[in-house]
Amino acid sequence: MTVESSFSLLGTLTPQDISFVQTFENPVMSEFIDGAAGSVLVIGMIIVAALLTYYRGWKTLWFDWLTSVDHKKVGIMYIVVAFVMLARAIIEGVLMRYQQSIAVNDPGVLTPDHFGQLFSTHGSIMIFFMAMPFITGMINYIMPQQIGARDVSFPLLNAISLWLTAAGAALVMISLVVGKFSTGGWTAYPPYTGIEFSPGEGVDYWIWSISLTSIGSTLTGVNFATTIYKNRAPGMTLFRMPLFCWTSLCTSVLMIFAMAPLTIATLMLALDRYAGFHFFTNDLGGNMMNYANLFWLFGHPEVYILILPAFGVFSEVISTFSGKTIYGYKSLVVATMSIAVLSFTVWLHHFFTMGQGANVNAIFGIATMLIGVPTGVKVYDWLLTMVRGRIRLTTAMLFSIMFLVTFVIGGLTGVILANPPVDFAVHNSLFLVAHFHNMVIPGVLFGMIAGYQFWFPKAFGFRLAERWGKASFWCWSFGFYLTFMPLYVLGLMGAMRRTVEWFRPEYLGWLQASFVGALLLFSGFILLIVQLIVSVRQRDQRRVPAGDPWDGRSLEWSNSAPPPEYNFAVIPEVSGQDAFTRLKEQGKAYASPAAYDDIIVPKNSIVAPVIGVGAIALGFALVWHIWWLVALGFVTIWGAVIARSFVTETERVIPASEVRADHEAWLQQVRECATTPREQEDTSANVGRAEVLA
Amino acid sequence: MIENMVSMRRHQELPKILVQSTGGLLLLMFSVATTASNGFINPAGPIAEELRDHLIFIVMVMAVVIVPLFIALPWTLWRYRLRTKSGSYQPNWEFSWPLEILIWGLPAVIVVVLGWNLWHQSYELDPYKPLAAAEAPLEIQAIALDWKWVFIYPDQNVASVNEVMIVAGRPVRFRLTSGTVMQSFMIPRLGGQIYTMAGMETQMNLLASEPGQFRGLNTQYNGMGFANQKFITHAVSQADFDAWATKMSDSKPPLNQAAWALLAKPSVLAAPQSFGSVAEGLFTGVIAGFTGGHPHMKADGTDL
Ligand code: HEM
Ligand SMILES: [Cu+2]
Ligand SMILES: [Cu+2]
Repeated sequence: MTVESSFSLLGTLTPQDISFVQTFENPVMSEFIDGAAGSVLVIGMIIVAALLTYYRGWKTLWFDWLTSVDHKKVGIMYIVVAFVMLARAIIEGVLMRYQQSIAVNDPGVLTPDHFGQLFSTHGSIMIFFMAMPFITGMINYIMPQQIGARDVSFPLLNAISLWLTAAGAALVMISLVVGKFSTGGWTAYPPYTGIEFSPGEGVDYWIWSISLTSIGSTLTGVNFATTIYKNRAPGMTLFRMPLFCWTSLCTSVLMIFAMAPLTIATLMLALDRYAGFHFFTNDLGGNMMNYANLFWLFGHPEVYILILPAFGVFSEVISTFSGKTIYGYKSLVVATMSIAVLSFTVWLHHFFTMGQGANVNAIFGIATMLIGVPTGVKVYDWLLTMVRGRIRLTTAMLFSIMFLVTFVIGGLTGVILANPPVDFAVHNSLFLVAHFHNMVIPGVLFGMIAGYQFWFPKAFGFRLAERWGKASFWCWSFGFYLTFMPLYVLGLMGAMRRTVEWFRPEYLGWLQASFVGALLLFSGFILLIVQLIVSVRQRDQRRVPAGDPWDGRSLEWSNSAPPPEYNFAVIPEVSGQDAFTRLKEQGKAYASPAAYDDIIVPKNSIVAPVIGVGAIALGFALVWHIWWLVALGFVTIWGAVIARSFVTETERVIPASEVRADHEAWLQQVRECATTPREQEDTSANVGRAEVLA
Repeated sequence: MIENMVSMRRHQELPKILVQSTGGLLLLMFSVATTASNGFINPAGPIAEELRDHLIFIVMVMAVVIVPLFIALPWTLWRYRLRTKSGSYQPNWEFSWPLEILIWGLPAVIVVVLGWNLWHQSYELDPYKPLAAAEAPLEIQAIALDWKWVFIYPDQNVASVNEVMIVAGRPVRFRLTSGTVMQSFMIPRLGGQIYTMAGMETQMNLLASEPGQFRGLNTQYNGMGFANQKFITHAVSQADFDAWATKMSDSKPPLNQAAWALLAKPSVLAAPQSFGSVAEGLFTGVIAGFTGGHPHMKADGTDL
């Protein structure tokens, strides 16, 4: 790169960086796949735009969604981002499995460079742009309703976090069409990702997309923690909160402390690359071991950031579909808290092999195994929650049960990896790849799918089709075992991760089995989409206006489905755990409140989308060294923040009369609904008013 | 409705079948992998053997907490299913001291057992620890490059690339560094792995019990040639080793600055290479080239 080029209008960007141009100039299979992926993205966006225009949806999109700061809408938008990114990352996973299954003594279809980009985008997307948005969206939607709040503490900040994450995701998507992504994996270890060994835009795409979303997540953590500390309804003491709120609290605290080392590490790497610093270079005093420590100081708590909310979902789902209060509530709270604290003490297990000596390794190994104690306790608490219950095997419940079974296998291999000498043998191998997928697929992904099945009727007012949900469940389950059990074996046989081509014929059968499994996983995903489409079309038979289709136990089930903008017409008074079950048992559910008050809700704001667009511009410009656009993006973001501070009318009042009219109308409707016994949960008889189990 | 109930019943039996069949499958997979493979699970030396035994030990100890769940879960699902209302229903049952002590106590005991073991094993199997043997270890210096391994035998003053010669039955002490990005050195059938980093030295002690050929590799992704970065370990008798070293000194070119500069360039070699002599202090020089300690020879061969 010469000085002139870096100050030209388009920075270092040239026509050759556009993926279609590359495909045209070099029409080999690998380029073709890349070009096709880019085309799908571009065509998909054109189709969405056309549909929006055809159905005159732009206005709704802008006024009801993009500028909204309602925690429910923000939550749903997070989950939409997660689903879109999940689609891409699953396809990438299947593609990698395909490559590996044909690449035994054969180069296969993907070039090493393309394969490197695939595992890097797959891993980064799955963690940062699928799992993180999914849990953030889920907490956003549910947690305020569970604690009896009207919104999070800082609604606008919430929308800004969403837009920062979306901007990061957009950068990763743009890299599909413009230029290349990093080949440094989701961990981006220097010195490989330094400017000397990875010149070009790839690592920069990784750095800026991750930096944006890590700032978004830090702000989210602050927001959620404040909400839980400050916005609980009267009587909702901490120890009366549903477990999902406890796990949300732990996750938020982890986000506050754990995202910072990541932001710092990516920015230091950026200084190395852009400004000739030597934090992590080989020479002039740089030391990559500092990066490894910073990254995993974030990276290990991160896996608990992801999995704790899923634990919360499992607690709610298992308790609800067993028709029983959670077993060992206090025990589960203590276990969750201990996991959160311990998760900061084990990061070194990701590099036992860096040569730090036996005693350091032993201490971190034992700390790692300690986490197994509270985790084991949780598993047995969930089991005992089912004991003496009335179990209904709905889709959400099936995912939770499969989680229990599968998760303990992942726990077993985790304990194996916690033993430093044994880790020396399986580190960096497919055994490790199998282990972490064994945790994140049943743990995080199944948890999120279970939560989606469970709360969908609350959010959209109609139930999802169980039949398709169960079909999807079986694909996910068998697909998981078929894909990842062979990888354990391959790891023991000495097959390493991130490998584009193999030279050992004995791997072939296992790799092929794994590919078939990946196809099943993909089918599971497709079936989820089919389920959504079928359910939307049958929505009129599936409506649950009364709002409580599963005989729910916590406060979010006490309002209508979908809930009003302000969640609760009157803030509920809480007198114990399982707040809504209590009200139902005492016959106080659906009682008319004595009085109504005006409700203040935040107004829509264009600040968050403006910041989002500014952030995309800023990130893109930094990647391509387009300095004028860097300045413009920066000014846009901070300009929006400053301009906002001059806006004084940020709230709007919904008069008590309107609240009363809406709420009384809904109560009238509920009282007219017949109650549904649990046996008929999955029939059109279920309109959301539960018959109390006995 | 009826169809619904039939499907309910099927779902309740399936988890049980599933658990049993996965258990069987796991065992089968494990035995297949053990007998025919190039991993540590098919050990060719005492270290890999211990690693394998530890792995099996951990699995067995962990079974104490896992197996009860695999039995209790299907039973619970069956007994407390809604359809038959067979089990007692106690929606407010939420605590029991004996169970509480059991579910905290059992995992705790297991962690104590495994932790005690882990502590000792970490010391025993520390890759830096010299292996007990009558003979002094063979010393080999290994330098990771893109995408190849350079092995220097300081006592014999010879070097080989993408091929390493060791003596069966005699411990070997690898001193390792990197002339490029971080990599990880491993010969799976002999033992574990250790990172190699520029400007730093790490160590690894290994032993091959019998003569044979074992695959070695870099396990840490380092770019386009990563998949091809393999080397063969030949474990031979002492006599064969000596003969090999003599033949090398007699007939192979020197590993001088020019040869090193060529090696240091990123490339995948078509075949292993050999060198009959080695520039003095090459290994320490590569390290010092990064730390600025003793300027001698940088990884790219410049700056003497
Ligand atoms: C759903 C089906 C999935 C498939 C078929 C799949 C497949 C793969 C494959 C083939 C790799 C590369 C393995 C290698 O290095 O040899 C990989 C890596 C990875 N996957 Fe997945 N995966 C799936 C789901 C997930 C999920 C749900 C997550 C996380 C929430 C995830 C996170 C990762 C990460 C972090 C890596 C490591 C990337 C790296 O090497 O830097 N994957 N996956
Ligand atoms: Cu970890
Ligand atoms: Cu080091």
